[in-house]
Amino acid sequence: MVKDVRDRSIDPASQEMLDVCQRAGLETAWDRFDRQQPQCGFGELGLCCRNCNMGPCRIDPFGEGPLKGVCGATSDIIVARNLLRSIAAGAAAHSDHGRDVAHTFKLMSEGKAPSYHVTDKAKLERLMKEYNVESQIALAEAIMAEFGKQEGPIQFTRRAPAKRVELWKKLGIDPRGIDREIVEIMHRTHMGVDNDYVNLILQGLRASLADGWGGSMIATELQDVMFGTPTPTFSEANLGVLKPDQVNIIIHGHEPLLSEMIVAATSDPELVELAKKEGATGINVAGMCCTGNEVLMRHDVPVAGNFLQQELAVATGAVEAMVVDIQCIMPALGALAGCYHTKFISTSPKAKFPGAMHMEFHEETAIETAKTIVKAAVLNYQNRNPAKVHIPDIKTKCMVGFSVEAIVDALGGTLDPLLGAIKSGEVRGIGAVVGCNNPKVQHDFGHVNLVKELIKNNVLVVTTGCNALACAKAGLLTPAAADLAGDGLKGVCKALGIPPVLHMGSCVDISRILVAAAAIANALGVDISDLPAAGAAPEWMSEKAVSIGAYVVSSGVFTVLGTVPPVLGSTAVATLLTSGARDVVGACFAVEPNPFKAAKLMIDHIDRQRKKLGI
Amino acid sequence: MKEIFVRLDRCQGCKSCEIACAVQHSASKSLYGAVSEKPGPVRRLYVEMAEGSKVPLLCRHCEDAPCVAVCRTGSMSQDPLSGVVDRDADRCVGCWMCAMTCPYGVIGRQAGVRKAVKCDRCKDLDEPACVHACPTRSLVFATQSEFMEMMRKEAATRIAREAKGLARA
Repeated sequence: MVKDVRDRSIDPASQEMLDVCQRAGLETAWDRFDRQQPQCGFGELGLCCRNCNMGPCRIDPFGEGPLKGVCGATSDIIVARNLLRSIAAGAAAHSDHGRDVAHTFKLMSEGKAPSYHVTDKAKLERLMKEYNVESQIALAEAIMAEFGKQEGPIQFTRRAPAKRVELWKKLGIDPRGIDREIVEIMHRTHMGVDNDYVNLILQGLRASLADGWGGSMIATELQDVMFGTPTPTFSEANLGVLKPDQVNIIIHGHEPLLSEMIVAATSDPELVELAKKEGATGINVAGMCCTGNEVLMRHDVPVAGNFLQQELAVATGAVEAMVVDIQCIMPALGALAGCYHTKFISTSPKAKFPGAMHMEFHEETAIETAKTIVKAAVLNYQNRNPAKVHIPDIKTKCMVGFSVEAIVDALGGTLDPLLGAIKSGEVRGIGAVVGCNNPKVQHDFGHVNLVKELIKNNVLVVTTGCNALACAKAGLLTPAAADLAGDGLKGVCKALGIPPVLHMGSCVDISRILVAAAAIANALGVDISDLPAAGAAPEWMSEKAVSIGAYVVSSGVFTVLGTVPPVLGSTAVATLLTSGARDVVGACFAVEPNPFKAAKLMIDHIDRQRKKLGI
Repeated sequence: MKEIFVRLDRCQGCKSCEIACAVQHSASKSLYGAVSEKPGPVRRLYVEMAEGSKVPLLCRHCEDAPCVAVCRTGSMSQDPLSGVVDRDADRCVGCWMCAMTCPYGVIGRQAGVRKAVKCDRCKDLDEPACVHACPTRSLVFATQSEFMEMMRKEAATRIAREAKGLARA
């Protein structure tokens, strides 16, 4: 049945490509989502337990069927255990990314990864001071040790305000080691271990903190050291960045360890020459998802789109290679790439895909492998079928790269102007809007409308991940977008020449938001939970987002989720997350699929916080 | 005469009924056996999504069933005592007149063969497989009067509770 593409996405480039896909009979995530309907209610409610082989067990949400699993687990226990396993998976994904970056940093420090260099020496020195070590190798070892630590503390957690750290200690959720907390979740959720939903959830918060203030922050900081701390720069976003007369390479996934090398390889004169010999006018590399964010903010590499556009990019017929590493890469790409000349190239030993060509990437030989990959793409240009090429002529200018350091620079070297604007009310508060795409929400609708509503009400927005890319496409990451903001925020943005929505990077870079929140709280002499700030993930879908939500709330930030998490099968767990947590960590979750209502929840919260602060 | 009733507000869309139906109509009659059968077994009821609700659809075994009326070969027939509409596979020629007239769209096709399949209400079982598998008791196997009695009791309980609540208030 033909679907109205306008119901599926608000992004005109995506609508155009969805139309192309429909006419060509190509299946996308939206079609597969439709075919999954109805989705299982037990799964939606979190009431299915598969943790042991007496099961699977399900609890009847209406109370007529079974109320306990074979072991006696109630809905509270099952829902809490399932939630914890999601947090563990999300924290593991971010932290394993952090581990890979730390490992590369260590190899580089030992002289074993000649493709990598220290780019931000000042940050390296700051980190050495923070870790109280004398050498780069000692720093590498100290950071690597965070993953296997048994007794804590994780150094970066101490960047949080002292009050917050004290609270974590009091609650017993100050993380002891990154890997330890994830392993402990797997242990506790094993049959017959932790069966107290409050105790379970506290462990979930501890593991999530080891992600946000541990694994993710390590990834961000060491990526900055190796590839440079982002500074504001301009680029373009959306499928229109693909070029009809050039070799198009899309880098998709999360770790800049690969994408940095691909970007470097594309300027290799021999490869550029080869591209010309093959009939192209050059090599065009474009990002997708978070690795796209990484090279977007460090090298102005244009970005082709966010999560739900990965298939649409291939369907342009103009992509010579889709090069992927880890996370958020749809296995559907293999079959889809098979309909075109596109080479789907996997690179990580951890992530192989059906229909992909595997060209394994190792830190020791990074640039050589990157050149081999780029060469394969260049040689594939001749195979492009011009009759199948359809590139939407849609792209939007964006200003990106607001690391904490860059924000402080933009403010003139100190946070004071921002604090002043917050106190005066010109900036009502700060909204952190992050997260994925999810076909449960009209693509980009939640992101764009929530952000627009916030800035209209003078809330300065900081963004990462797929929300950042949705904002980029919608033109919200330009200084001119200040015209869409309320008068107060508009004045501040115009004075500083910045957009009302600040692009802070990839999903691991939510750690930058934590650092910024801590710095603002410290400057005001309060805890993060006292700030006029709120978070949101309007279109979240991944387990990483569950971990992010948990660490943002445990850091003290009220967070609104746009899609319903699978916890509603237990009133006790749902109540704890949406109100009880406030008395424990000073913040809680709310669930609100309507972006306008979600904005209102955030603004009301910000106003209450302002009142409490007496500003 | 018992029939399969559906309580729409209870359906979670888990499709356990669909799985159980397919398994019951497989050669092995076991889940693990059925998943490796070729051709695979075909389900005869369907959980659909409409207007935000999950709706299990299955043959209503209508009185004067239109599928029986239009069947040219006599493959479709209705048992005069039980009212169950069933199909004789040997007589079916796959003309799909039954499929065109069925108001619920619950005439399926046997995998790889031009023959209709439909709910036979699991004649060999005390309780149809789908009803047995339903974890929320959304599907109920009862006579029409038993089902109405059940619905009346539910309604009465609801009304009584509301009345008590009002009295307290």
